Amino acid sequence: MINKIVRDMAEAMQGIADGSTVLVGGFGSVGQPDALIEALIEQGATDLTVVANNAGTGRVGLARLMELGRVRKIICSFPRSAGSVVFEELYKAGKLELEIVPQGTLAERMRAAGAGVPAFYTPTGYGTLLTEGKPTAEFNGTPCVLEKALQGDVALIQAHHADRWGNLTYRRSGRNFNPVMAMAAKLTIAQVDEVEPLGTLDPEAVVTPGIFVSRVIRVPLAAG
Amino acid sequence: MSETSFTPLSRKDMARRVAQDIPEGWYVNLGIGIPTMVADYVPLEREVVFHSENGVLGMGPAPGPDDADAWLINAGKQQVTLRRGGAYVHHADSFAMIRGGHLDLCVLGAFEVAQNGDIANWATSANDTAPAVGGAMDLAAGAKRLWVVMEHTTKDGRPRLVESCTYPLTAMRSVRRVYTNLAVIDVTPRGFEVVEMAPGLSFDELQAKTGAKLRMTEAA
Repeated sequence: MINKIVRDMAEAMQGIADGSTVLVGGFGSVGQPDALIEALIEQGATDLTVVANNAGTGRVGLARLMELGRVRKIICSFPRSAGSVVFEELYKAGKLELEIVPQGTLAERMRAAGAGVPAFYTPTGYGTLLTEGKPTAEFNGTPCVLEKALQGDVALIQAHHADRWGNLTYRRSGRNFNPVMAMAAKLTIAQVDEVEPLGTLDPEAVVTPGIFVSRVIRVPLAAG
Repeated sequence: MSETSFTPLSRKDMARRVAQDIPEGWYVNLGIGIPTMVADYVPLEREVVFHSENGVLGMGPAPGPDDADAWLINAGKQQVTLRRGGAYVHHADSFAMIRGGHLDLCVLGAFEVAQNGDIANWATSANDTAPAVGGAMDLAAGAKRLWVVMEHTTKDGRPRLVESCTYPLTAMRSVRRVYTNLAVIDVTPRGFEVVEMAPGLSFDELQAKTGAKLRMTEAA
C-alpha cells in the first residue's frame, strides 16, 4: 500500500542533508509552508541554498533560518520588501549570497527542471544587469538569453487537501509556486490542511498528482 | 517664454485617464502604485479581465468587511476578490500568460522611459545590489503592449522621459505609450509623439520638461 502520509515532523524532515538546495513555496505569507520551515530549523541542516520568491520577513520562518546562519545563498525575485530585516543585515555583512531572478524566469527554471528541460531561451531580462554574461541568441528577430533549469534537492510546499498517494489540491492564491516546486525537487514534502481518504479528491481538481510528492504531513489550520 | 497656467493631473486622474483607453475584452496586468489604481476606473460592466502574477485571473476589487479572504491576495500582497468567471493558476502558468504574449496590456510605473522604448523601473542605480525585480522584467518583455504611467519629472524637476535611460534597464524597446501628469505620449519609431497635453499646457513648456525631442502626433 502506498502511504506518503508521515506521522511527525522528524519523519517529514528525514534525510535533508547539509548543502541542499531547498525550494520553499508561498507568495507573501499565502501558501507558505510555515510548519515545515520551523521543522527544518529544528532539523539542523545547514549550508543551504534557499529558493523562494521573497527573502523572509520579520525574524521568524525563513528569516529565522537565515539568522541562524544556516543559509549560504538565496535565489529569489523580491529580496527586499517590508520587514526583510534579517536579509538586509546578513547581505550587508557579506554573510549571504544573493541571486536575483525575474519572477517568471524563476518559475520557468523550476518548471524546466521538473520537465527534464536543462535550459531554455527567453527574452525576459535580455540587455539587463540580471543576465550579464549569459549566452544570447536571436529567434524570430527577438533577442533572448539562455537560462538554466533550477532543480531542488528538497521542496517544502503547502497545499489544501491531500490523500495518501500524495495527490494535492490548493486554496485560491495559495497555489502560487507550490505546484511548480513540487515538480522540480527530488524530495517534495507537502504540508496540508486536511488528509482525505483515497478516492475522495475529485480527479479533475487535483493540481499536483502524487507522482511529484514524496511525503505529506497534516498541519491543521489554526482555529479561527 | 512665459509660463501659462495649467493643472497637472492628480494620481487619480492619471489612473482614470489610462482606464479610458482599455477596451472591453482585454486581459490586463497592472503594476504596483498608480497602475493598481487604474482598475478602480474601469467600470465592472466593461468586462476587462485583470491578471495578477501570483496566479489570479479575473481579479476583482478589494473585499468588503464581510467577504475578506486571507487566501486571496494580489501581487502587491493586498487582499482582493475574484470576479465571476475568474480562475486560479500556479506561478508557471501565470507567467506563461505573461511571457507567452497572452496579456493584451501591462501597465507599469517607471523611473525613466527612453525615446526608443527602453524602460527602467526596478533599480535606482547599478550600485543598488539587492533591488527587488519581481515580475517587472517578465511583464515588460512579454505583454502584447506595455504602457507606463508616471510623473513627468522627478521631485526635483529632472525629466523622466529621456534620450537614453540612466538607471538600470528593466527591458529594451518595449514601451508603447506613456501617461504622465502632463501628457499622453506615444513611443514610435520616430521617437516620442505627443497625443494630448494637460489643458492649458503649451508644447514648448512640455518640451522643456522632457529630456528628449517631442513632436506632435499627426492625429492630434
